[in-house]
Amino acid sequence: MILDGKCPTGPVEKSWDKHRFDMKLVNPANKRKYKILVVGTGLAGASAAASLGELGYNVEAFCYQDSPRRAHSIAAQGGINAAKNYPNDGDSILRLYYDTIKGGDFRSREQDVWRLAQVSNEIIDQCVAQGVPFARDYAGYLDNRSFGGAQVSRTFYARGQTGQQLLLGAYSALSRQIRLKTVKMFPRTEMLDLVLVDGEAKGITIRDLVTGEIRVHAGDAVLLCTGGYANVFNLSTNARGCSVTAIWKAYRKGAFFANPCYTQIHPTCIPQAGDYQSKLTLMSESLRNDGRIWVPKNKGEKRAANDIPEDDRDYYLERKYPSFGNLAPRDISSRAAKEACDDGRGVGPGGKGVYLDFRDSIKRLGEHVIRERYGNLFEMYERITGEDGYKVPMRIYPASHYAMGGLWVDYNLMSNIPGLFVLGEANFSVHGANRLGASALMQGLADGYFVIPYTVAPYLAASKPGKAKEDHPECKKSIEDVKAFTKKLLSINGKETPADFMRKLGNVTWNNVGMGRSKESLTEALAKIPGIREEFWKNLKVSGTELEVNQQLENAGRTIDFIEFADLLCRDALNRDESCGAHFRVEHQFADGEAKRDDANFSYVAAWGFKGDGVPPELHKEPLEFNLIKPAVRSYK
Amino acid sequence: MSGHSEHNTKTLKLIVWRQAGPDKPGRFETYTAKNITDHHSFLEMLDVVNEDLIKEGKEPIVFDHDCREGICGVCSQVVNGVPHGGHERTTVCQLHMRLFKDGDSIYIEPWRARAFPIIKDLMVDRGALDRIIQAGGYTSAHTGGSPDANAIPIPRHDAEYSMDAAECIGCGACVAGCPNGAAMLFTGAKVSQFAALPQGQVEAAERVANMLKEMQDCGFGNCTNHYECEAACPKGINVKFIARLNREYLKSLL
Repeated sequence: MILDGKCPTGPVEKSWDKHRFDMKLVNPANKRKYKILVVGTGLAGASAAASLGELGYNVEAFCYQDSPRRAHSIAAQGGINAAKNYPNDGDSILRLYYDTIKGGDFRSREQDVWRLAQVSNEIIDQCVAQGVPFARDYAGYLDNRSFGGAQVSRTFYARGQTGQQLLLGAYSALSRQIRLKTVKMFPRTEMLDLVLVDGEAKGITIRDLVTGEIRVHAGDAVLLCTGGYANVFNLSTNARGCSVTAIWKAYRKGAFFANPCYTQIHPTCIPQAGDYQSKLTLMSESLRNDGRIWVPKNKGEKRAANDIPEDDRDYYLERKYPSFGNLAPRDISSRAAKEACDDGRGVGPGGKGVYLDFRDSIKRLGEHVIRERYGNLFEMYERITGEDGYKVPMRIYPASHYAMGGLWVDYNLMSNIPGLFVLGEANFSVHGANRLGASALMQGLADGYFVIPYTVAPYLAASKPGKAKEDHPECKKSIEDVKAFTKKLLSINGKETPADFMRKLGNVTWNNVGMGRSKESLTEALAKIPGIREEFWKNLKVSGTELEVNQQLENAGRTIDFIEFADLLCRDALNRDESCGAHFRVEHQFADGEAKRDDANFSYVAAWGFKGDGVPPELHKEPLEFNLIKPAVRSYK
Repeated sequence: MSGHSEHNTKTLKLIVWRQAGPDKPGRFETYTAKNITDHHSFLEMLDVVNEDLIKEGKEPIVFDHDCREGICGVCSQVVNGVPHGGHERTTVCQLHMRLFKDGDSIYIEPWRARAFPIIKDLMVDRGALDRIIQAGGYTSAHTGGSPDANAIPIPRHDAEYSMDAAECIGCGACVAGCPNGAAMLFTGAKVSQFAALPQGQVEAAERVANMLKEMQDCGFGNCTNHYECEAACPKGINVKFIARLNREYLKSLL
């Protein structure tokens, strides 16, 4: 099937303004009659729930954490982009749009990206009005820093905790609506099924993670704001609870999953120390503003970092990409690190690391300046590794970090299932095959504050409120299905824990579908994953019972969803027989190792439809068009 | 990485609080953590213990954890009598086992405060902190129509002061560390964040009054200057924000 994103026609620069005027509205007095279910309370979910509550809709919000303030957006460090052009360095909406399209290697939807760039400025205004304490200069104006993939300074930041401050801003706005009773909040709650009534999304089935109760919440529309699936690699920078579960359950109910193979590997993470490790810690790539990345020139170098003279160091990013240098985009930086390590020049245990060195910046600016800019990151590094980054170079290595792919949505952020909207990292639309730094926060808040409040209206205006209630047969059936699934997980009583299975899965996904992919590696992964799945259902061990706090049961459910999802990830990566952005097929590269796109055959969104267990998914395509700029070879040299 | 330490593993004795539910009696149970290296985080050490327990057919220890990088604020364990284990600016998820010696005994307990009922084992209900924020921890700026972000310059010092307060991760260690079970540092930090900014002035009086009332209604105690909160805070939130809270409260009465 050829999918239609239903984008506005006419000039791209006018598309959002035109669409806003063309969309139907819901009468203010009628808004409270519509109940909107918002799943997830990160930047996208909290901002959406708060904004929809302010408009007068009747909102119910859900999160698995004990408080909406803890969603994983909180861990974003570096900053948020906007086209304010405060530094007077040539930025504009057009340039932010251009950088985002180019950064995504011409695999994102043009109109969605334009809208994102256009509303970016309003986000900063909104956050400042909320009391977000962004960094400021001595005149009291907002400060900016540079990020990867851009030659202008457009990133706003709050020390190394920008995600935290933006999330607390959205959480505050959400808290206000909870106080005003427009939003009802359900923490420690996990969505385990999507309820369809006559083919439309009209409810969710959840498990109360404290009592174990499984129940349905019915509503008039469902918003999934449940983040990404980077944990499919087992070790990633995501929080332990981040999972594919909510969007996977929606996929199993018919929502198309778009571009799952676009996964981002972040270049600046602390290297893994051992098998027991539960997560990888990211350090903001803003560090690349002042840190220089290098490896020894000689294989098997034995000297300590500080004893290696300048001539024996290879500042490989500066050498290969002179104009972007250490700020080359994430996919390029990550692959370059892997290449250096594969070449036997990696540093640290197992040779899986490269140096990030602040010596020259400290000499130039003084340690106090570096401390002021990145103090908390240096502290974090020392806490984990026991080393002082001011004195010896940090060691970094790429790690799975972000998912550009997600559920397919049209221009209104509605999936192919009417009434099911998908926001933030959980959807696929703006980052293409690679996301630029400081753009995730921008997208989450754009979707929640400035897109969904408008784009949910046309669907609601055309539907009668309260169509489905909790006693609808579809709701009852969903509860029975989830209960049966839960019982099945508890009944196997085998020998291996969910963590054992995640490690097994992670070995396959990281090695075969990680930074470099090939037909062989993907075919091998596709052969191995069914075995893991089969063993899961034979040999899983979950302790405890259903009707209590049971973290193992939660992990087991998320694990099997990841195992199932990994299969789709590999299929998509195999189908996309080109390299683009973060999707690097080793068969398709230029002589210098750069990704080689194939626009003639792959300039489309691959959206997969579920056809049943054990049946291959169906591929639907949405062709990509670029009117404002034409696809070109992405070069950062 | 020094490398040598990976081969030296440690064995530790854990004395852990187990409690089946809010109204059930609790007790200490003893476990052994084996094959722990310098590079295990504290929670990874507990993961190892839990995996062993599950395979022995026993109930794993329930504890809250998520980001495991010290920012989400969900981890909440009293280690050897000190919230988060007592290392400066360190949450328990960022505590590393290089800080413990082979053969050490470690006591692990949940946050204990009247306003934080225990859910299970080391997991507590901190909904009271959310309720304090709901009472006034915001500016009432609704989405849209905000003036340009640079329309009101804010002196750098004020922005930095506000950010110092805003760094609070809402973990509740300040409450767990306080002999009065007070949430004055938590509340003071949020009140001070807004008090320092022009955007927070409009509702300043109402905010501090409502938040303090909610704090009392939730069953938190009051401050008697022990400074245990600041010592326990993994983000180094300063007690000066409690003084600011008191000042803002007095101002609100004028």
